[in-house]
Amino acid sequence: MNLALSDEQEFLRDAARGALARHKTIEAAREAADGADLPDLWPTAVEAGWPGLLVSEDNGGAGLAPFDAMLVAQECGRVLAGVELLGHVPASYLLDRGGYSRIAEVADGSLRAAYCPARPPGDVVSEWTVEPLRGLARGAAPEVSGDTVGGSVPWVPDAPGAGVFVVVGVENGAPVAMAIEGASVEDASRYDHTRSLGHVTFDGAAGERLDVSVDEIASAWYIAQALIAAESVGTVETGLEMSLEYAKERFTFGRAIGSYQAVKHTLTEVLRQSENAKSLLLYAGWAGEAKPDEFPLAASAARAAAGTALDYAARATIGVHGGIGATWEHDAPYLFRRAQLSRRLVGGTHDATDRVAGELLAAAG
Amino acid sequence: MDLNDSPEQAAYRDKVRSWLQEHKDEAPVLRGEGALTDEDEIVAARRAWQGRLAEAGLAGVTWPKEFGGQGLGPIEQVVVNQEISNAGVPGILDAIGVGMLGPTIIAHGTEEQKTRYLAPLLHGDEVWCQLFSEPAAGSDLAGIQTRARQSDDGSWVLNGQKVWTTNAHFAAYGLLLARTDAEVPKHKGLTMFIVPMDAPGVTIRGLRQISGEAEFNEVFFDDVKLPADAVCGEVNGGWGTALTTLMFERVTIGLGSEGMGYRSDRFAHAIAADPEARADGEVRHALGSLGTELLAIRFSGYRTLTALQRGQIPGPEAGLAKVTLVNAAIKAGDLIADVLGPEALSEPGEWSYMISFLPGLKSAGGTEEILRNTIGERVLGLPPEPRLDKGIAFSELRAKEREAVSA
Repeated sequence: MNLALSDEQEFLRDAARGALARHKTIEAAREAADGADLPDLWPTAVEAGWPGLLVSEDNGGAGLAPFDAMLVAQECGRVLAGVELLGHVPASYLLDRGGYSRIAEVADGSLRAAYCPARPPGDVVSEWTVEPLRGLARGAAPEVSGDTVGGSVPWVPDAPGAGVFVVVGVENGAPVAMAIEGASVEDASRYDHTRSLGHVTFDGAAGERLDVSVDEIASAWYIAQALIAAESVGTVETGLEMSLEYAKERFTFGRAIGSYQAVKHTLTEVLRQSENAKSLLLYAGWAGEAKPDEFPLAASAARAAAGTALDYAARATIGVHGGIGATWEHDAPYLFRRAQLSRRLVGGTHDATDRVAGELLAAAG
Repeated sequence: MDLNDSPEQAAYRDKVRSWLQEHKDEAPVLRGEGALTDEDEIVAARRAWQGRLAEAGLAGVTWPKEFGGQGLGPIEQVVVNQEISNAGVPGILDAIGVGMLGPTIIAHGTEEQKTRYLAPLLHGDEVWCQLFSEPAAGSDLAGIQTRARQSDDGSWVLNGQKVWTTNAHFAAYGLLLARTDAEVPKHKGLTMFIVPMDAPGVTIRGLRQISGEAEFNEVFFDDVKLPADAVCGEVNGGWGTALTTLMFERVTIGLGSEGMGYRSDRFAHAIAADPEARADGEVRHALGSLGTELLAIRFSGYRTLTALQRGQIPGPEAGLAKVTLVNAAIKAGDLIADVLGPEALSEPGEWSYMISFLPGLKSAGGTEEILRNTIGERVLGLPPEPRLDKGIAFSELRAKEREAVSA
């Protein structure tokens, strides 16, 4: 029994931290909030080999596991780097296993993919569903007929500029994963200037049917959950570090504010939630590689814990910094914006929490 | 990252499992059909079973061989815990003695003490209890007031009161922290003693909790005489000895936090039978949240174990696990009572017992608030709160406290 990172995993994480440190991503977030374009970090991802992390070696990838991609996502989250991994990585997983004709380009990143999230059936809802445009009623997954897909999928991470879309549709009640290059995208990015989002419309577009199992189609959803979880934990770490630094140097009533129990307990709570989420990232990583039956539970639990931690940490960061923390003078609002949007994407933290309950209840009989 | 056994661990597990298979009929039955009900019989049967486990090398797994242990690591201890749980048999009776007090004697005791006490402790022949907490000193343990005064012949006389003492009513010995010098700052005037629980002047009284059951005891000491060689460790060096015990307490908790039975699958099972509840959004959200926290603890435990195996000191996840565990279990009890209604509060009953037990557990081993202070300072490096007890003699500190109360 050993949950320590391997030497290769530590190298991957450190290399990611180093590669991202060459860009001023948080400054870029501030400038983007004022209307500037975000720097394109995809070339950095390509150079580091991230697009092929989950693609098998036979197809030109690194043949690694979800946990390795999560380590990179956590580093991206630490610096709010808008690298398009949340869209690309789950898509690449299905394209690799499904025999996609241009997989080598996906692996080397010359073709960027975007995953159109489709939630697997659970213990209450028995259909595959996609995000609703607004409200609680989830949409039916698009209809597939032969090699064409109808309809649209809203709120697709990293859709603008993607070259191929992996969409999960339904044909005769069964899920089918398709690779579609000719979809139209309406840019739907908002609130978090470091995250790109789009509504993707297929409208009968033709593409390739991917030869993947139902379990693999479901895994793509859980890989996306695990990636958001890892990315969120990275952002929590940054919020905690910022808050600790300030709590040690800011004095009120003659004492550093970090000496007050109220502040200390708040930051200990950030640590507690963050450590729990980190433990669950390890669970998701382990299950993703070695215990597929538990991957839905593990990835959902990681997402639920990380989303809750992110909201708490973002608010605590603002609170500890006082009024200035709620202004554009400070970095805290960018963490806050990240937290508010992330918690609503790909089913949202709420849905992940429900999935944990569903998996536990289903296992209880 | 691998949760599977190494070949050596798998071989060890097989050995443990086959011994348990062969001998599990000798274990006392504590639940279900044919379960023992008389408290004295239960204690006697569990002591005998601890002896069988110790003979087989399944108690004191991490103790050095020279003291009857196996000289193995924390991972083997966890393997034993898991296999005992899987076999459906009780573990050792004296987990506090074997997990915390014995290791303290190994670290600080004299050769005579080790020879006299360790083997009977390990085998369950003599059960031990921990006499640290007092009515006015829990989280602030160094504030204890039980006094030990030395006589001219070197012997000691003990006066005072301890509380929250598990197993005291059938323990043979206790490890007791007493104040031996009140004229120095509070951490510096403490000494650890080995106290026979049948000594004249020792009075033990059950302390009933919310459930009505007495899980713990109060222990009173009135002019209890102790020989000079009852001191464990250095005279006035008792704080260091106590820290050793508390370190072993954290390790014991870290290796067995799931052992308390507060598991997500158990709570889900209680709700799953009710079709309305399992489709109710609010119930599901509550179950999903607390289930997430409990799953996190399991993997925090594996992280702790990973650190211990690598010779590292466990990180913050270990200290915070208790906070998470207790609060998630409280939410679970609340949710189950919401779902089952007053039926959940029938006594005796699984859920009423848990619901009654948890408010006290919140303060066990130090209150949540003090634990958060400690973690904030030691782990996060935040500055401490100003303290009024630093650098002044304990007697002076007490005088100030009394003055403040009467003012």
